[in-house]
Amino acid sequence: MATTLLSKPANEPAPVVAKKSKLSFQLSLLTGSFLFFALLLRGIATLPLDTSSLTSFQNWLNSVSDWIGNNRTSNPVFTFFINVIRDFIDTFVTGIQDLISQAVGNNASPLLGWFGIVVMLSYLAYAVANLRIALLVCGGLISLGLLGYWQESMDTLALTLAAVVLALIVGIPLGICAGLFPRFEKIITPALDFAQVMPTFVYLTPVTLFFLIGPASATIVTMVYAIPPALRITAVALHEVPWSSVEAAISMGSTRMQALRKVQLPQAKRTIVVGINQTIMAALSMVTIAALIDAPGLGRVVIRALESLDIGSSFQAGLGIVILAVVLDRTTTAAASKVDAENSHLLDHKHHRQILKIGALLSLIAIIISRIYIWAGNFPGTGVLGHDIATYTDNATNWFQAHFVNVTNAITNAISYGLLNPLQSLLTNSPWFVTGLAFVLLAAILGGRKLALVATFCVLGIVGTGLWSDTMATLASVLVASIATVTIGIVVGVWIGRSKRADQIIRPILDAGQVLPAFVYLVPFLGLFGATRFTAIMAAIVYAAPASIKLMADGIAGIPASISEAGIAAGSSKWQMIIKVQLPSARRAVALSTNQGIIYVLAMVVVGGLVGAGGLGYLVVAGFAQLNLTGKGLAAGLAIVLLGILLDRITQAAAVRSTLQGK
Amino acid sequence: MISVRNLWKVFGSNPEAIIGSPDAALTRQELRAKTGNTIAVRDVSFDVAPGEVFVVMGLSGSGKSTLVRCMTRLIEPTQGELRFEDEDILKVDEKRLRELRKTRFSMVFQHFGLLPHRKVIDNVAYSLEINGVGKSERHARANEVIDLVGLQGYAQAYPEQLSGGMQQRVGLARALAVDPQVLFLDEPFSALDPLIRRDMQTEVIRLHHQLGKTMVFITHDLAEAVKLGDRIAIMRDGAIVQIGTPEELVAQPADDYVANFVRDFPKSHILTLRWIARKPQPGEDLNGPILAPSITVRNATRQIIESSLPIRVMENGNLLGVVTAVEVLHLISGQD
Repeated sequence: MATTLLSKPANEPAPVVAKKSKLSFQLSLLTGSFLFFALLLRGIATLPLDTSSLTSFQNWLNSVSDWIGNNRTSNPVFTFFINVIRDFIDTFVTGIQDLISQAVGNNASPLLGWFGIVVMLSYLAYAVANLRIALLVCGGLISLGLLGYWQESMDTLALTLAAVVLALIVGIPLGICAGLFPRFEKIITPALDFAQVMPTFVYLTPVTLFFLIGPASATIVTMVYAIPPALRITAVALHEVPWSSVEAAISMGSTRMQALRKVQLPQAKRTIVVGINQTIMAALSMVTIAALIDAPGLGRVVIRALESLDIGSSFQAGLGIVILAVVLDRTTTAAASKVDAENSHLLDHKHHRQILKIGALLSLIAIIISRIYIWAGNFPGTGVLGHDIATYTDNATNWFQAHFVNVTNAITNAISYGLLNPLQSLLTNSPWFVTGLAFVLLAAILGGRKLALVATFCVLGIVGTGLWSDTMATLASVLVASIATVTIGIVVGVWIGRSKRADQIIRPILDAGQVLPAFVYLVPFLGLFGATRFTAIMAAIVYAAPASIKLMADGIAGIPASISEAGIAAGSSKWQMIIKVQLPSARRAVALSTNQGIIYVLAMVVVGGLVGAGGLGYLVVAGFAQLNLTGKGLAAGLAIVLLGILLDRITQAAAVRSTLQGK
Repeated sequence: MISVRNLWKVFGSNPEAIIGSPDAALTRQELRAKTGNTIAVRDVSFDVAPGEVFVVMGLSGSGKSTLVRCMTRLIEPTQGELRFEDEDILKVDEKRLRELRKTRFSMVFQHFGLLPHRKVIDNVAYSLEINGVGKSERHARANEVIDLVGLQGYAQAYPEQLSGGMQQRVGLARALAVDPQVLFLDEPFSALDPLIRRDMQTEVIRLHHQLGKTMVFITHDLAEAVKLGDRIAIMRDGAIVQIGTPEELVAQPADDYVANFVRDFPKSHILTLRWIARKPQPGEDLNGPILAPSITVRNATRQIIESSLPIRVMENGNLLGVVTAVEVLHLISGQD
C-alpha cells in the first residue's frame, strides 16, 4: 500500500443536506441506542467460531479448493489457460532470476555476478537520473551484500522487476485507453477504487488457489496489485495534457493516433514516469508480503524471523528491504525530474551521449569480469556487517526490554484495559443484528438509501462468511488504531499545514515512510511490545499516519488566503484560528484523511496476524499454513474485503457530507 | 469561397429533436431547464468571399468559438450546410476532412496550442511533418514562415522561452506553413497585453496584404473587429444579429443590441461623408470644395471646418449632398 493516490470520492447522489444540528442529533441517538441494545442483549447471537471449527460455507470453500487441486492437470480451463499463463510467467521470472540471483546449471553464480550488476545498475541509474543517484545505487547495492543478503535482495529485485514489467505492459495501454475514452474510464474506475481499498494480504489466497505457490504466483499477485497505480496515473497523465494542443494538432489534420503519439504522449511522459515509480513501490511492497506464498527473497527472511521472534535477523533483513525501497524510489523520482529537465531543455545532449557510451562499455567489461572471476561473481564474505547489526539490534532490544518493560507494559495495559478491551468486548458481545443494524443506519444517515443497501450487503456478507466474531475483534483493533492515527493526522497535519518550516522538515520523513513496504513496520514494534495485537496496532498507526497527516496538511494549506485573512483581520487568536476557521474550512480534508487512515490501518492490522494479533489476519495466515483451514482463510480474506468496503464507503460518504455542509 | 447555410449546433442529448420544434424558440436558460440542451449556434448563414477578412464578433458565450470550430468540424455541427469551393464539408469522410485540414484550412488559437516539447521550428513544421514532407524540406519551409512572421533567430527556441506575443507569432507561422487557403483565427490576441495586441493586429493586416489569405477572425473586441474586418457578423445567443461592413454596423445598427455595442465607438473614425451628407438647403452656396463620399469624417474634418462654404460630396460628377461643420459636430457629439 505504498501508493499515495487517493481513491476518488464516491459518486453517490448527493443526499439532501440536513441541518448540522439534526445530523449530530441523529448520530448521538444512533450511538446511544446502539450502546443500550448492545449491552441489554449482551451475549446473544454473537456468532463466535473456534479457530479449528468450520461453517458449511467454509467447508464448501475447502471443497472448491480441493476440486481445483484435483483438476489442475485435467480441466481445460487450467490446461489451456491458467497453466499456460503460469508457465509463461514462470519462465519469465525464472529467466530474470537466472540473470541476477540464482546460480545457473553448474556455475556457482547467476549469469551476472554481483560486480557486473553493481556497475551496470549504477550506470543505468546515471543514464536515467544523475551521478548522485548512481552513487546511491552503487552504495545501496554494496551494503545489501555487506548485510549478507545479496542473493535474497536480488531475488526480491528480480520478482519486482518481472511484476513491474508485466504490470506496465498491461497497465499503460489500459491507462491510455482510459485517458482517451471517458466511457472506458467510467467503467474501470470503480474496479480500481475497489482494488485500492483491498489490503495487500487478501490478494494472496485466491491467486494461490489458481496458480499454486512460488515465484510465478508471487509475480502474478504482485502484478495484479501493481496494475492499478500504473493504469490510473497514465490516465491522469493524459488528462493533464492541455486540450488546446490536442485540438491544434487535430485542426492541422493529425489522425487520432498521430495526436496521441506526437502530442499527448510526449507531454504526458513525466507523469507516466511518476506512475512507474508508484508501480515499482507497490510491487516491492507486495513482493515482500508474497513471501507468505513462498516468494523467495528478503520478505521470506523477515517472515521466518518474525515467526520465530528473532528480532535481530528480522531487523537485518528489514533494513535490506528499506535500502532496496530507497534506492528504487530515489532513482525513479530522479528519473521523473530528469524528464522535467529535458522538457525545460537544460541538458547538454552531445556531452551526455558520450559519457553514456563510455559507461555502457565499462558495464560490459564489469559483466565479463563478473563471469570470469569468482570474487566478482558471488558476493564475498558472509555478511559480517549484517551479523553485527543483528547482534546489536538483539542487544539493544534486550536492554530496552529489560529497562523499559514497565513503560511498555504501562502503555500496553493502559490502552488495552482502557480502550481496546472494553471496545472489543462490546463489539464481540453485541448481537450481530444490533451492530449490523447500527452500521446500516449510520450508512443511511450519512449516505442515503444507496449506501444503506451497500452496508446491508456488507454486513450480511460478513455474517455469511461465518466470521462475524473475528471480524468484530479486527474491527476493535482497527478502530483503536484509527482513532490514534486520525488524532495524530489532525495534530501534525495542522501543524505542518500552518508552518512552512515544519512542512519542509517533516514531509520528507513522511514521504520516506510511505515508501516502505507494510510489514517492515512490524519489526521495531515486535521488539518493543512482543507478539501481541498491540504490536499490530502500533505498527498500523505508524504505517497509516503519513497518509493521514499529508492529506490533513494539504487541506489546511489549501484553505484560500482570503478566508485565513478574514479570520486574522477579525482578530482571532492562534487557537481561535485553528478551531474556528481552519479546521471547519478543511472539513473535507479531515474526512478524507480519516478515510485514508482507516484504509491503511485495516491493511496493517490484518498483516499483524503474522505476529500474534488475532482476528481475520491470523485466519488468513493460518489458511496458508494448514490445508484444512484453506477455506477459512479464503472466507477471512472475503470478510476483510467486506469490512474494508464498509468502512471506506461510510467514511467517504462522511467526506461528501462535509463538503456539502461547507457550501 | 465559404458558404454557410442554416447551421445549427445543439449540445446535449438528442440534439436533432430540438431543431424545428417549438423548443428552439426558447431562451437558453429556459431550454436548459426544460430539456438540458444548449443551443450554441442557431440557424447561422453567411458567405465569405475569397481574400476577405470576415470577423465574427460577440460576447463570451455567444457561440462564436463554437461556430468557428463547426466550420472545420473540430466540433461536429448538428445540422446545416457548409460549402467550401463547392464541396460540402459536412458530407466529406474523415480522410478527406484531414486532407482539407492539412492543406486548405489552418487555425490559430486563443491559448496558442503550441507543443511545449518541440522547438519553434518543429512546431511550425508539425503539419508538414504529418503531411509526410521530408525533414530538410519542411525545415526550409518552416524557416521561411518564421522569417515571415518576424521571428528570425528563434527557430531553435522552445515555446516557453518566448513571450506571449512571440508565441502567438509561432501560432501564426504554424498556420501559414502549409500555405492554406483559409485561416481561422479564434480570438488569437485576447490573451495578450493591449500594446502587443496592437502590434499583432498590424502584423495580421500586413500579412493579409502580403499573402491575401481568406480569414475568418473571431473576436470580442469591437476595435479589433473594425480594424481588421472587411465585414463583421455580430452574434448573440448563437444567432447572427447583423452582418455588414463596419460602417454599416455603426450607421445602421439592426437592433438595440448592436446599437449598444457600437455606441461608445468613435463614429467619425468609421463613418464616411456619404453617411452625413445632407440635401442642400434652398439658397445654400454650392461653390464649396469637393470631396469624395468614401473619405471618413475624421479625415475630412479639418477641411470641413476650415471651409467657409459647405463641402460638396460628389461621386462620378453627381452631387450626393453637402456637409458643414454642424453635421460633423453633431456626429462627434453623438446627436445624429
